[in-house]
Amino acid sequence: MAIQQYQRPLSPHLQIYRWELTAIMSITHRATGVFLAMGTLVLVYWLMAVAVGPGAYQQAQHLLGSPFGLLILFAWSFSLFYHLCNGIRHLFWDAGCGFELKTVYASGYFVWVATLVLTGLAWGLALMENGGV
Amino acid sequence: MQLRSPLARVRRLGSARAGTEEFIAQRLTAMALIPLLLWFVYSIIYLARADHPTVILWIRIPWHTVGLILLFLMLFHHAHSGLREVLQDYVHHEIVKTISMVAMKFAVITISISCVLAILRISLGG
Repeated sequence: MAIQQYQRPLSPHLQIYRWELTAIMSITHRATGVFLAMGTLVLVYWLMAVAVGPGAYQQAQHLLGSPFGLLILFAWSFSLFYHLCNGIRHLFWDAGCGFELKTVYASGYFVWVATLVLTGLAWGLALMENGGV
Repeated sequence: MQLRSPLARVRRLGSARAGTEEFIAQRLTAMALIPLLLWFVYSIIYLARADHPTVILWIRIPWHTVGLILLFLMLFHHAHSGLREVLQDYVHHEIVKTISMVAMKFAVITISISCVLAILRISLGG
């Protein structure tokens, strides 16, 4: 574009600044979002397998139950709970609440704790219910 | 008062005046997904080891069918909003950006319709 021909001064870019909790959480929200969007394709595969029939379903269950499948599911569940909790934090911001710096940090730490608790709870329940992974 | 230069206006820089709707849609789908996803994750934990007939019966319970269709529609709408934002922010080549955004939109619509059809087939099929 023609604008870029002018040698205008540029503001310092990201690598200049020290990493802060807020910045890390912001980019993590995006990264988990993209990862979850890719994960929806696995969900679609599972649904299609159910629709196709018992054979395809068995194969899908086998794939998802493999060590690699479980690893992906674990990463997916962690990302989901992070994106969910931090998303609620974002919704509060969109409503105009919680902009004080102290509150921003407190809610940030709370999101991490909630993510860990929910992920642990989900896998604990899964282990209890299914008698081992 | 107009702060943008005439040149910028001719180049069509600036707002298309249609962003707010998408902004709100992203928030509304996010809010809808909170209960839907909690319900789905909770259910999937109990379905993890289920055999095929059990899953079919689970999907056939009417409010599960409705919940699943809602979940998939909200999920894809929300994922589309987010991925579009990512493309808009990080892809700087205009043609690549346009093509990838259009391709993504077509893909999302196709996958959404396929999923709804799959759920309905499971739910209503003999």
